[in-house]
Amino acid sequence: MSTHETVPEPKFPEKHYLNAEYGIRSWLLTTDHKRIAMLYLAAVTFFFFIGGFFAMMIRLHLMTPNGYLLTPDQYNRMFTMHGVTMVFFFLIPSIPAILGNFLIPIMVGAKDLAFPKINLLSWYIYIIGGLFTMWSMINGGLDTGWTFYTPLSTVYSNSAVAPAVIGVFITGFSSILTGLNFLVTVHTMRAPGMTWFRLPLFVWAHYATSLVMVLGTPVIAITLALAGMERLFGLGFFNPAMGGDPILFQHLFWFYSHPAVYIMILPAMGVISELIPTFARKQLFGYHFVAAASLAIAVIGFLVWTHHMFLTGQSTYAAVAFSFLTFVVAIPSAIKVFNWTATLFGGSISFDTPMLYAFGFLGLFLIGGLTGLFLGCLGIDMNIHDTYFVVAHFHYIMVGGAVMGYLGGLHFWWPKITGRMYPEWLARIAAFTLFIGFNFTFFPQFLLGVMGMPRRYHMYPPEFQIYNVMSTAGASILAVGYLLPMIYLTWAAFYGKVAGENPWPATGLEWKTQSPPLTENFEVTPVVTWEAYDFRNRPDLGLDVPGGSGPRIVAPAHGDD
Amino acid sequence: MTTLFFAVLVTLLVIFAGFKYRRRNEKEVGDAVSGNMALEIGWTVIPLIIAIVIFAWGAVLYVNYRITPKDTLDIYVIGKQWMWKLQQPNGRKEINELHLPVNQDVKLILGSEDVIHNFYVPAFRVKMDVVPGRSNTMWFRPTKTGKYHFFCSQYCGTNHAVMGGWVTVMDPAEYATWLSGEAGAVNPVSAGEKLFSQLACVTCHLANGTGRAPSLNGVYGGKVLLADGSIVVADEAYIRESILQPKAKIVAGYQPVMPTFQGLVTEEQILNLTAYIKSLQSQPVPAKGAGIALPTAGKK
Amino acid sequence: MHRTGTLYGQFKTLEQQKDTATLGMWIFLVTEVMFFGGIMLAYTINRHTYFHAFAMGSNTLSLGLGATNTLVLLASSFTMAMGVWSAQTGKKTLISIFLILTILLGFVFFGIKYVEYAQKFHHHLVPGKSFDIGYCAHNPSKCEDVDVKELKEEGERLEEAQKADPDLQAHAQLYFSAYFGMTGLHALHMVIGAGLLLWLLKDSVAGKFTAEWNNPVDIVGLYWHFVDIVWIYLFPLLYLIDRHK
Repeated sequence: MSTHETVPEPKFPEKHYLNAEYGIRSWLLTTDHKRIAMLYLAAVTFFFFIGGFFAMMIRLHLMTPNGYLLTPDQYNRMFTMHGVTMVFFFLIPSIPAILGNFLIPIMVGAKDLAFPKINLLSWYIYIIGGLFTMWSMINGGLDTGWTFYTPLSTVYSNSAVAPAVIGVFITGFSSILTGLNFLVTVHTMRAPGMTWFRLPLFVWAHYATSLVMVLGTPVIAITLALAGMERLFGLGFFNPAMGGDPILFQHLFWFYSHPAVYIMILPAMGVISELIPTFARKQLFGYHFVAAASLAIAVIGFLVWTHHMFLTGQSTYAAVAFSFLTFVVAIPSAIKVFNWTATLFGGSISFDTPMLYAFGFLGLFLIGGLTGLFLGCLGIDMNIHDTYFVVAHFHYIMVGGAVMGYLGGLHFWWPKITGRMYPEWLARIAAFTLFIGFNFTFFPQFLLGVMGMPRRYHMYPPEFQIYNVMSTAGASILAVGYLLPMIYLTWAAFYGKVAGENPWPATGLEWKTQSPPLTENFEVTPVVTWEAYDFRNRPDLGLDVPGGSGPRIVAPAHGDD
Repeated sequence: MTTLFFAVLVTLLVIFAGFKYRRRNEKEVGDAVSGNMALEIGWTVIPLIIAIVIFAWGAVLYVNYRITPKDTLDIYVIGKQWMWKLQQPNGRKEINELHLPVNQDVKLILGSEDVIHNFYVPAFRVKMDVVPGRSNTMWFRPTKTGKYHFFCSQYCGTNHAVMGGWVTVMDPAEYATWLSGEAGAVNPVSAGEKLFSQLACVTCHLANGTGRAPSLNGVYGGKVLLADGSIVVADEAYIRESILQPKAKIVAGYQPVMPTFQGLVTEEQILNLTAYIKSLQSQPVPAKGAGIALPTAGKK
Repeated sequence: MHRTGTLYGQFKTLEQQKDTATLGMWIFLVTEVMFFGGIMLAYTINRHTYFHAFAMGSNTLSLGLGATNTLVLLASSFTMAMGVWSAQTGKKTLISIFLILTILLGFVFFGIKYVEYAQKFHHHLVPGKSFDIGYCAHNPSKCEDVDVKELKEEGERLEEAQKADPDLQAHAQLYFSAYFGMTGLHALHMVIGAGLLLWLLKDSVAGKFTAEWNNPVDIVGLYWHFVDIVWIYLFPLLYLIDRHK
């Protein structure tokens, strides 16, 4: 046993990516992936607030069955713009563009992504797309539902459809370029010794996500282009009055939008795959299976889109086939959940805030995923399609899953990004608040759905009121759970305790650089000789391994010295 | 049930593990376990089997549902922003209300005049999209009298949320009384018959089969032999297509000379014509010139 | 050996830079396949459903001009490939010559496209208020560039098609929406390609490409070939299906 050592307080590094250059030009014209990640953080947070504002309006309005707060048209614009903002401007970019951009080069041992300028371009494209969409919001908003079903969106809607469609079209290219960058980076920029199966699962998850981004997003692009032209120039691909087919629109739309939900959840799963081994101090159970499951989700995810269209009058054969595939796509996710749970057994578990978010993810994603199976089951879907059950299902996955992953990741890597720790106890309180608020907001919505309350309703029969009030109450708690991190993370970035290189400690390459990292990430290119999450063979982490470290080659303290 | 089982199982496992394996000293590490093939295969195969079972259960229910029973009370339903127009077989129309007799299979034939709507009766556990340009159908059998809410369940614009109404299920006797109540109700069959003559359909579709077009006696529900050798069932969609796009399917032995009535008939007129043609189901089918493919009794 | 390519900061070797850029271009081309795929799918479905109207549409396109454009693009792909070969074998002057030839052929394509588009405009075949699939059949004097006999046949076919499909005008408009959408998108990609070629030419004339460093020529070549392949799909889809004798 060791004598009690005094660990010296870490010192804040002198030179790092945040102070490498000063001035607005150094930020707006940066090609440093870390700075671009911060640009994304600012923009994405901004849109999250806008989407959150719309959510607040929805919940406030729905407290009463007759909806006295907003007119029907205003309400319809609220839920539409909540959906558009949250899906395209928050959920899809959040983890990949912020955490992915920041971490992937460091995790693979590179100085930057494969195409740094294209990375910056992707941010500008995101901003321009966002501006178009905001133009739509300012000009009266959009009231077609985020799904833009035709002919409502192309012919009948009296709202600012065209700018919104253009905005989402443009933003899609941001996604495509990010995905392209990640794919190429993982293929060609790995440091010596960083083999595919030593990559952190965060990287595997983003690789799978990038496959989806690259293959799926162009399809929504062309679909929205055609819909936009129908709206602006009266073309008739999707308009039955001109011989077009509204169901064709739905097929093209969902061909992307279903895989899009995997773009939203896979990165969060990648975060969880980092958090659980770190806070259980144990190798991830079934690494290869989890990596394969990510790819399986990405691929099979392209084969299930018609489960959004079971009630359009499609053929029974199609319905049966897609229902079957929908059940199949759930299996890789289940495999991951089991592997994460198994990692906990025999571990040394601590309950730091990121781990709390990981636990939250496990429970809530599980419920969200399992309720998805209800929806994929043909006999049941007829009853709950387009009801609040669907709304609850996807919020459990998107918020209970993706947002928990996002916040857990933000907290976990905040010391690396800013060099300072967030206040742990306040963060734990915020995590609990969020968890409780979330469940109060969305669990009643499952009940509403089963009782038959349809979604996108500005008014509802009085028997549904009690659960609506409960949901709104929960939402106000949830809002506090979101605001707290915004405040203390910002505070911590400037005044938090200095974190040092590896406060947790964790095993990834990103934890072998200073916090915050240098612009070029590493002083010397690392040479990797250790496996992922191998706590037992890393003396540099300063942990007590019973029986000492194994005889295998172990990681040197810094780089390859 | 399965959902609950797995949700509870994993939650309990996580809580248990969190408690049992909580960190006891600052520098502790976890065990050297990183995988187990048997477990992996186990928790892949078993959920897959469970998933397939649940899928099959749901699929069977659904497939059975999609087979509409033969003797249904047919209601024509038109959705438009933001109201429902429903028409009983005898022509009586309702707006946002549907009166039905109990214990009778009911089929709704759905049409939209503008955007996509959806007809949803939570109490009956049925729901179906109403898509412009398509004729979707749905069926159910009310087994208890009472009033049941129906809703529009596909976002369709401003007043989507108020586009609903009530289904009133009554005793058959009460229903009959109600049905004959409204004066001046237009019987869709007789309205269809008038149209059939007004639009000159009757000049080609002679009932005795000697006209330029096949007789429509007995056609509805029967099998039609087409010029390309294929056989189709003459359902509502077929009748609708024949009126609007007559060249799409040509009956064997006939020339493609039927003009189209696209733009010349409204949705309601199509429904009335369909009702009339359906009423010809029980009329005697001529030996030659029938619209349906007769069994080859004696003929080559 | 003297290296002429600029090594960007994130790379360790020119080899890595080359592999990265090439992979990047291939993945980008895959996204383009998905992009064009969407509109081609919509077109194909509508072609099947409204074959009368789409056949009428196809027959208003000039087979001669379309085939010429196809040959022009194939030739430009050849000159592009020759350009890449020249770069790989270090023949600096030839690179520039072949790039110029490729650009010129590209402009020939644009020219022919312009003629076709202008024709559509004059024949009232642009979707919008004045669209009329029967314009030339009913006003032969206004469509002097079309053969009189052809016009007569077109008139007859128009009658037949009108009977078979009462919404012929609307569905024919769908055809032309797809026509302008697909060829327009393709032309846009060619314009971008021409721009890339001009940029390559600038560097080629400055002698920047050698046998060791010619990756930009290579990947722009990939892009150009892809744009050519898109046309190889568009040509039969738009011009050749349901072509009357």
